[in-house]
Amino acid sequence: MDNNLKKVNIYAIYLGSIILILPLVAFFINAFSFRWFYPQLIPNELSMQAWVRLKLIPKEGFRSLDGFIDLWLSNPAIIKALVNSVTIGVIVTIVSIIIALPAARVLGLLNFRFKKLIIFIMISPTILPPIAFVLGLNINFISWGFSGSYWGVCLVHLVPIMPYVVLTMTGIFANYNPDFEHQARTLGANKIRTFYLITLPAIAPGMVVAALFAFLVSWSQYLLTFLIGAGKVTTLPLLVFATASSGNPPLTAAISLVFIFPAIVILFFTSKFVSGNSSATSGFGKI
Amino acid sequence: MSDLKISNLFKSFPGMDRPAVNNVDLEIKSGELVAFLGPSGCGKTTILKMITGLFQPDSGDITLDNESLLPIATEKRGVVMVFQNYLLFPYMNVNENVGFALKMKGIAKDEIDKKVKDMLELVKLPDIGDRKPKQLSGGQQQRVALARALISKPKLLLLDEPLSNLDAHLRDEMRELIVTIQQKLDVTTVFVTHDQEEAVLLADKVALIFDGELQSYASPIEYYESPTNERAARFFGGVNFLQATINKSNVDTEIGPIKYTQKNKNDLLKNHQLTIRPENIEISKTNIFKENYFSGIVSSIIFSGTSTRYKIRIKDRILDCSVPSVGIKEISKNDEVFIHLPADKIWGMND
Repeated sequence: MDNNLKKVNIYAIYLGSIILILPLVAFFINAFSFRWFYPQLIPNELSMQAWVRLKLIPKEGFRSLDGFIDLWLSNPAIIKALVNSVTIGVIVTIVSIIIALPAARVLGLLNFRFKKLIIFIMISPTILPPIAFVLGLNINFISWGFSGSYWGVCLVHLVPIMPYVVLTMTGIFANYNPDFEHQARTLGANKIRTFYLITLPAIAPGMVVAALFAFLVSWSQYLLTFLIGAGKVTTLPLLVFATASSGNPPLTAAISLVFIFPAIVILFFTSKFVSGNSSATSGFGKI
Repeated sequence: MSDLKISNLFKSFPGMDRPAVNNVDLEIKSGELVAFLGPSGCGKTTILKMITGLFQPDSGDITLDNESLLPIATEKRGVVMVFQNYLLFPYMNVNENVGFALKMKGIAKDEIDKKVKDMLELVKLPDIGDRKPKQLSGGQQQRVALARALISKPKLLLLDEPLSNLDAHLRDEMRELIVTIQQKLDVTTVFVTHDQEEAVLLADKVALIFDGELQSYASPIEYYESPTNERAARFFGGVNFLQATINKSNVDTEIGPIKYTQKNKNDLLKNHQLTIRPENIEISKTNIFKENYFSGIVSSIIFSGTSTRYKIRIKDRILDCSVPSVGIKEISKNDEVFIHLPADKIWGMND
């Protein structure tokens, strides 16, 4: 009985994985196919046509190193969007961690009145529908001159990101013993060295997870970028939506692959930090 | 030379109804091993943290060699503290942990390596330099923490409950190691403990602290023979207390008049307390005593290995007396016995 149950569990996991992976396989085939229609099980003809139209890969005959560089330097829409998405993602990740560090330390180490209320207010952006607060923010941003600007988009991305970063880092500090810093101080380390040698290594796993959340949340923002960017700041999700609504399956599949690629890479390199026993996440229960 | 002087030290925390440290005043001579003894929450660790600079006192001063420590940053005081749970840095191996203080001083790497090796030999752990703290036992971690603290030759070594996390057999070993190293390096040492036995076995002098106040500061033997008050006596295992009143030439107590030969007898108030340690009371089935003897009924007998403890009821007062179990006397419960309180073993105190 017990054994059977185990088998059922394992099959359930396989089934779940297949459900998650199958659309990706379809995307993958679609992105490299030339006209793939029902009832063909696999496409008759493979082609790079979608990637050429996206201007990520040069036309046949120009696929040398120079050809790639020339194409990318001509600054097509997809490269612009990629650069915007990556730089905005990196900037807001760094800024959000710097802001969250002191807050998380206080929330994780100290107990004080209204702590639960403060945590609730901090995570409220994950509960509120983005459309509700972004319309209000938009009015303010227009009057402050942030609307349609790159920095305005960065600023508004911080709103959905901060809850994830603060909560993740609070979890780390809930497991953290500040006496290690005191010990280092009495052994002759000044405040700055104590931070680099003692605090930073201890909280690094949590910071990696927080950065991962921050970057991916920023990477997938559509609505906030769309409204605050006012069409002047194009990021990858905006391009994905525009392409998808054009109704070209290979093209949509190709740009979607570009869109999910960093998520897979980041998850691959950081999965050991996110797993249950890691010091980065084991503090959640203690907040 | 490193004389530590604590004067009128005062510290309170918000939300506490009494100060954590109240007007503590004491002096520690260079090379001494001193214990801060008291129940948990009495403020002893707070004093240590003020000496290291992790807390600032509300008022009062702490001087080392007649120089105030208060304006000096923690890392420049030359005071090293070993915390109760050792706190070895988990991301560094044993060598890096022990060498940490020297690295902070900017000393060359090969010199650090040499000193680390010497230090690990001193704590009798020569071959574990490459291990991570997680791979060490509790006793080994404690030794590494001690080596790490001593490598920079601190003027003052502070140990917070150094033995409380160890098993009983490791405790004896560690206690000897601490004393040997302390004498060898001649480093002034203060340690905090809640265990009076530990304080007595280790320390040259014991500062007894209750509720943030220094009760007395004396050598361990004085706590047994001449405690300053009843609380101090009780903390060191005193159980026999008698209310005494001076009446002209003799002293009356609840069990009858008593004679005793205390030097500072004239300092005692008219009403005071007498105490005598259980092991100083003599006991006999027949009356062989000349003075200070009382007859009573044995109300219980507790055999505890090397000694046997009798509780004897005299006029509704119960006195404990402890007799070596070797050559045990034929005394059983409810027998009438005579006890003798030797005049030179009785100690009087005002409170």
